[in-house]
Amino acid sequence: MASGIKDKVAILGMGCSRFGERWDAGGPELMAESFDEALADAGIERSQIEAAWLGSCFDSVNIGNSAIPASTALRLDGIPFSRMENMCATGTEALRGAAYAVAAGAVDIAVAIGVEKLKDTGYGGLPPPFKGTFNDMWMPGFSAPAGFAQLADGYRAKYGTSREDLKKAIAHVSWKSHQNGVHSPKAHFRKAVPMETIMNAPMISDPLGLFDCSGVSDGSACAIVTTPEIAKALGKKDIVTIKALQLSISSGKETTMSDWDGSYVQNTRNAAKRAYAEAGISKPRDQVNLTEVHDCFSITELVTMEDLFLSDDGSAVTDVLDGVFDRDGAMPCQIDGGLKCFGHPIGASGLRMAYEIYSQLLGRAGERQLKSPSIGLTHNLGGVPYQGIAAISILGLK
Amino acid sequence: MPEFGITAYGAYVPRLRIDRKIIAEAHKWMAPSLKGLAKGSRAFPSWDEDSITMAVEASRDALVGQGISQLKGLHLASTTAPYSDLQASAIVAGALRAPSQLNSSDSGNSQRAGTSALLQTLKAGDAALIVASDAPVAKAASTQEMTYGAGAAAFTVGSGNVIAKLLGSGSVTDVFVDHFRAADQDYDYFWEERWVRDEGYAKIAPAAIKAALADAKLSIADINHFVMPSLLRAAADAVAKKVKFEGVVAPGLDENVGYAGAAHALLMLANTLESAKPGERILLVGFGQGADALVLEVTPAISALPKRRGVSGCVADAVATDSYLRMLSFYNGIDLEWGMRSEKNAKTQLTEQYRSSEQLEGFVAGECSACGTVQFPQLPKCVKCTAPRSQFKPRPLVDEKAEVLTSTADWLSYYPAPPMYVGFVQFDNGARLIMEMVDVGPAGVDRGAPLRMVYRIKEKDRVRGYNRYFWKTTPVTAG
Repeated sequence: MASGIKDKVAILGMGCSRFGERWDAGGPELMAESFDEALADAGIERSQIEAAWLGSCFDSVNIGNSAIPASTALRLDGIPFSRMENMCATGTEALRGAAYAVAAGAVDIAVAIGVEKLKDTGYGGLPPPFKGTFNDMWMPGFSAPAGFAQLADGYRAKYGTSREDLKKAIAHVSWKSHQNGVHSPKAHFRKAVPMETIMNAPMISDPLGLFDCSGVSDGSACAIVTTPEIAKALGKKDIVTIKALQLSISSGKETTMSDWDGSYVQNTRNAAKRAYAEAGISKPRDQVNLTEVHDCFSITELVTMEDLFLSDDGSAVTDVLDGVFDRDGAMPCQIDGGLKCFGHPIGASGLRMAYEIYSQLLGRAGERQLKSPSIGLTHNLGGVPYQGIAAISILGLK
Repeated sequence: MPEFGITAYGAYVPRLRIDRKIIAEAHKWMAPSLKGLAKGSRAFPSWDEDSITMAVEASRDALVGQGISQLKGLHLASTTAPYSDLQASAIVAGALRAPSQLNSSDSGNSQRAGTSALLQTLKAGDAALIVASDAPVAKAASTQEMTYGAGAAAFTVGSGNVIAKLLGSGSVTDVFVDHFRAADQDYDYFWEERWVRDEGYAKIAPAAIKAALADAKLSIADINHFVMPSLLRAAADAVAKKVKFEGVVAPGLDENVGYAGAAHALLMLANTLESAKPGERILLVGFGQGADALVLEVTPAISALPKRRGVSGCVADAVATDSYLRMLSFYNGIDLEWGMRSEKNAKTQLTEQYRSSEQLEGFVAGECSACGTVQFPQLPKCVKCTAPRSQFKPRPLVDEKAEVLTSTADWLSYYPAPPMYVGFVQFDNGARLIMEMVDVGPAGVDRGAPLRMVYRIKEKDRVRGYNRYFWKTTPVTAG
């Protein structure tokens, strides 16, 4: 039985660019911004980096294929540099590549960098995805919110939740993230928004209105990882280690068979169980101090609270409305504003979440600092809820 | 030799209807006289319907209660086939899962194409499906925009269970140009109605009728139903009067369908057959560069024909719409700003389309013979038990019962008929997939709503002029 990577990999340094509509910066500039911060934080020379993983998703705009756009932007010469793409789990996948290389003893120091330059499309929202030559022949060409809106329908049917109650709860999800985004200097949206505005916003994909959808942003985030021993030898006192890194991907059961009822995301449940086991967490509600989850749409965050076993099945609406996941609640979620307000440059998002947990664990989160957290969790959901990729990382102080 | 003739009929009219008053109202600033035509409603195809998709739907109706394996021919008549060089009837055959040993052919180029195709098939003597399907397009504010509609009618011909047999026929060919449409033009060009009626319909049709009656060795008094479509109001009555017909002049379906081009004669014939009694005789006339006249006799077998939608079912199955500009946009009469999202590349990989043709054309799921799971798409291994696809049995989903599991109305994606309704469709046989839901009325769709499958254009490649077809769903109950 494999022992997992708990405490085998330490985060030596992290960086995160300012997210948002970065009319001033292309992909290379965004990568340089997060990398320079991470390198300074790590306190190492770039010549000490032995391997690197780039996460970047879209290829219709953005930086182009392969890791070459990153190796040239960062002038990392002659080392192994790989590109990862796994939809919205891309950033966490980059971290997983670097962490596994260190855990395996293949290298001592590795870099994970994620980037997405989306605001060169000329319009809001994501570019229509290419789903493969065969799938495009039969699969409807719907938008991302339309894919996630199916969850709302499934959830309401299963628990008999009224349209109004669910709308109120998902509006609270976004309201809370806007409250939090105010205190994130690097976030895309830093304005509190009244509930009334959220509730009455134009419909994007029923029941998801404009404020139920996350920001489409430019940005980059970077992590430099090593072993805890090397981190210590390099003079780090408080050491943040990776407690778990887990992924789960659909085989098509939810979309093709009749069992799934549309109210939950099986992949998140699979990945969460494995991550808690790898991290040795038996009571997530008591042991996880904060979460950064994939709130691409408000309904996703609500359902994710149940899928991460932080709410009982059918209780997320009540828990959300009771403020359990607000900044002053029992389990703050999206303390930096989340995808909703910090922004969602796909390839960078997983690493941005890790950046926030890392900052909180080290007490560097400024105005939004929580009181001495020791365990944080990140969660990404790539693809669509019923045929996708869930990625979870758990970080903590060693 | 067993009796040969028509063995079944079927019909399709697009669900979308618009009150003619709405069209007249939009044009009253420059064409106030259109108000005179503003009675009833007309059908118009949705953005994803064309003569191919309508032909598939009419053919499915005609094939209710009978197989398709006996067919030797499939012939489609239309003046609005989407391609100059790509056979529409072959695409229809694929969607119907017709046998591959089939003679398919297209005809068109005349309003008479439907009756000519039926006549030729009845004379040829092979088991065949003939379908006439047309969606004539009229220029904004023209008379035809008010009178045109769209639709398709299909007939199977063969031996055994003949519901109507051909007693005689007559044809006249005459280059009487009442209107024309050049191959590279979008719209028809019409000559004066009074001339068309007096010199065209009133003189040419009677000559064909006379020849047909002589061929059948009958007189006009032996005819019960006079079926003649016309672009002009009252032209059928005028011809009937001229040939001294005293029976029932078949209704022109003006009230809620509109004139369906080369399909209209056969649509009227299908409508007449719905209520015709055994022994009754039908005179069917098609007009255009001459005329065809067919004398048909209804047989007792018609009372045993399984129930089908037919024209009356189509007429009742309507989704009322309220925007003239929507109709105009659907037939490309107006160039709207659809935004950058509409720039998406819609190129079809013809290699992939052919490789996956069984699944895509006939919407064929696979039933795993190891565990019984019905699944679409068919991937290399069973979704439940991982048995190889070589062990799957074909299970077409086209006529399977299904309902809405989840759905949403998507206002963000580029879609020519926003919002795009999309959601999970749960089939009674266990299959499930995410699909488009079309012709949804203002009330939307709800979980548990029964759905049926319809053949539609999935995507239009406007750069290369290629339509990609696939199956979508629509609520069983319209509107």
